[in-house]
Order: sequence, then structure tokens, then C-alpha cells
Amino acid sequence: MALSKEQIAKRIAKEIKNGYYVNLGIGIPTLVANFVRDDIDVDFQSENGILGMGPFPYEGEEDPDLINAGKQTITTLPGASFFDSAMSFSMIRGQHVDLTILGAMEVSHNGDIANWKIPGKMVKGMGGAMDLVASADNIIVAMMHTNKAGESKLLKECSLPLTGVNCVKKIITNLAVFEVQNNTFKLLERAPGITIEEIKDATEGNLTVEGEIPEMLL
Amino acid sequence: MINKTVSNVQEACLGVKDGMTFMLGGFGLSGIPENSIAELVRLNVKNVTCISNNAGVDDFGLGLLLQKNQIKKMISSYVGENAEFERQMLSGELQVDLIPQGTLAQRCLAAQSGIPAFYTPAGYGTEVTKGKETREFHGKWHVLEKAFKADFAFVKAWKGDVAGNLIFKGSARNFNPNMCGAAKITVAEVEELLPVGVLDPNQIHIPGIFVQRIFQGDKYEKRIEQLTIRKRD
Repeated sequence: MALSKEQIAKRIAKEIKNGYYVNLGIGIPTLVANFVRDDIDVDFQSENGILGMGPFPYEGEEDPDLINAGKQTITTLPGASFFDSAMSFSMIRGQHVDLTILGAMEVSHNGDIANWKIPGKMVKGMGGAMDLVASADNIIVAMMHTNKAGESKLLKECSLPLTGVNCVKKIITNLAVFEVQNNTFKLLERAPGITIEEIKDATEGNLTVEGEIPEMLL
Repeated sequence: MINKTVSNVQEACLGVKDGMTFMLGGFGLSGIPENSIAELVRLNVKNVTCISNNAGVDDFGLGLLLQKNQIKKMISSYVGENAEFERQMLSGELQVDLIPQGTLAQRCLAAQSGIPAFYTPAGYGTEVTKGKETREFHGKWHVLEKAFKADFAFVKAWKGDVAGNLIFKGSARNFNPNMCGAAKITVAEVEELLPVGVLDPNQIHIPGIFVQRIFQGDKYEKRIEQLTIRKRD
């Protein structure tokens, strides 16, 4: 069965290693924080100026001066720090943040990503996404494999305005896990019960399948 | 000690004119200069360019200036929460420059620190950097971005003293420190204005040299854009 958004987040959480500083985008990536194992030390960075972000506050303890990049009220954990926006992006462009997890509308098999604009329909802006994808060494895209119309989001070439070029390294969808290399989506894992045929049918860009492809462990 | 205090928001906004470029601190509705925005609405200055990460919501923050069609151009990174903004943008009434958030912050910082331009990898190969100078450093392409030029910077801090020294709180800090001293005149509004000598010099985030005018805001609504809470076990 294809994964739920929570299960995608759960699978991505396995990519987080001890000692990582991680920036989580809005949407499925935000859910990843809920699935990090207790024995792993990780600090979440919020680009509006927080390192060591914690969970949502209890009712009545919310603070308008303490929000995340999605403008949601949050808390901090012991050891947290606050800083200004320029310093926040020094952490991002300076590659001090180890892992960036973000959503996408389209990804191409050369690692281009589009996630900020649908011309004539939706123009919300890129926020910090262009800085993140241009700078991070380690970028994981978390998304559904197909859009609402059932069309593949893993393409030969993005049709929407780009957020960044040649930057995506890994993609985790509701169907599979891929590595992006040499102009191809290299299949690494399948969602439980999903066949290689189903993945092929849902992937428009070049797909490489080598040897036995294991099912994801969730 | 050089005294930077002005008696109220009216005095703080003296010299504001039609067609000017303003920087406004804040991220979403957090850390926005609420009192200065209210005064800009009252003054009804027109055709202004606003440099601000976001554009407020329909009935708060910069949304208040949008409602009165005071803004000619917005320079922002994310404008998703404002229906009136979207309407004005799609109808062509409002010019909009969407730029990467880190580039926005760094263009403020560059203006503050006398750096005319800098290279950044953000936005390379995308439509938002079309026509800009590019250059390769260490095998990676970068885009030349220029420091902002602005007439007024309106920032909001938690505490300040009459010398203009500022301390920010939580994530309400955001763009506010980067905009101090990045315009010809920096107006700082604070929740609590203190005499000199009260704030510990070790704790000052922005020294008063970057601030020309400081006042204590009459009131702060501090609206929460998205209240998210968890249940007690």
C-alpha cells in the first residue's frame, strides 16, 4: 500500500543521524520531528531565527514572540538559541545545517526542484527555499509521488518555475525512495506492497532499477 | 550618551513622504512595528515601496497599508497569507519582487554595513535572478545581489533605552536587527523604554549607533497568525 503522509515522515526520520542540525520545510517535513528516535540528538533549525525548536506549546502557554517558519506557535528546548535572519541564513548558506527536508511540486531527474509558484494560479513566494536548496549538501524531498490529477511529479524536466537546479539528492514519496544521480531516479526502496511496475507507471523521468529492490522498513 | 528618544509615533515618523522606500521588520505578524504601521496608515502616504519579508494578513500588519492602496511595490520572500495582496498583484495594481529570504536579509545587512553588493548561490538558474551578473566560485555558480537603499527602517524591539540600544525577544528578532542602520533613518519602537544604564551592555543586540529615533509603543496587539497547541497528557 502507498504510504500515508505520516508514514513518509516516519521513513524520512530514519535519515536523521545523531548530531545533525536539521531544517524542516512546511507540510510533510514538519511531521518528521514527531518520528525521530529518542536516542538520537538532533537540533531543529527554524529559518526565522531559532535553533533547538521544540513541540507546540500547551494551551495557554503560546507566545506571539515564539513562532516557527510556518508562523505556528512553538516552544524551545533546553540549549536553544535565537538569532536574526541574516545569521540564520549564514547557518544555511554556510552549510552549518546538515540536512534540509522540504516538499516539492515537481522534481526532475537531474535534481532540479520546483516548489514556489504556479504561474497565474498560486504565487506565495519562495521564502527560504531558494537559499536552502542552493546551499545544502544534503537535501531530501518529501512529497506525494503524483499530483491531485494523478500526474507524476518525478519528471524529465520541471514545467513549473524552478526553485533550484541540480540540487536534490534523495526523494521519499508515498511509493518509493530514490537517489538522484546521473540524470536518473535510482530506485532504492519500495513502499510495502508496491510493485516496481506501479513505480514505473507513476514516474515520468528516467528510472533506474538495479537488482533486488527491498521494501521500506517503517 | 546621545539621546535618541522621540515623544511619540507622530514625531518618530516625521519626514515620511509619498514615494519613499521603507524597510519593515517582522516575520509573519511576529515582531512587526505595529505602532509605526498604524501611523503610516494614518498619514496615508502613497506610492511607497515596502521591503518586508511578508505582507501581513488582510486586516493586520502591512495588510492595513494594502487595504488603502498605499503600497506601490512590495519586496518580500513570502506573501501567502493575504488575499487582498494576491488580488492587487494579479490585477497589476501592485508590483511585487519576490526574492529569496536569505538574500533579503543579506541585502539589509549589506546596506547596514556598507557593502554595496555580494554573491550568493540562492536563486541561481531560476527566474528571480534573470539578468543578474553571475560568477563561478569554487566550481559553483553565484548571483550578484545589491544592498538595499531605503529612506526609513521601522523596527520593533522588546526593550530599548534612550540611547537607542535594543534587545529583542524570541523569534520576534528576525529581520529587525538587520534593518537597523540599513536606511537613512531607523525608527525603533519598543515595548519598554528604559533610562540609560539599566540594560546590561553584554546583553545588547543592537547598539544605539544604528538607531536614530526610539519610542515606546502605546500598545501591542501581538496577534498570533496560527495558534498551534498540543494536548496535555
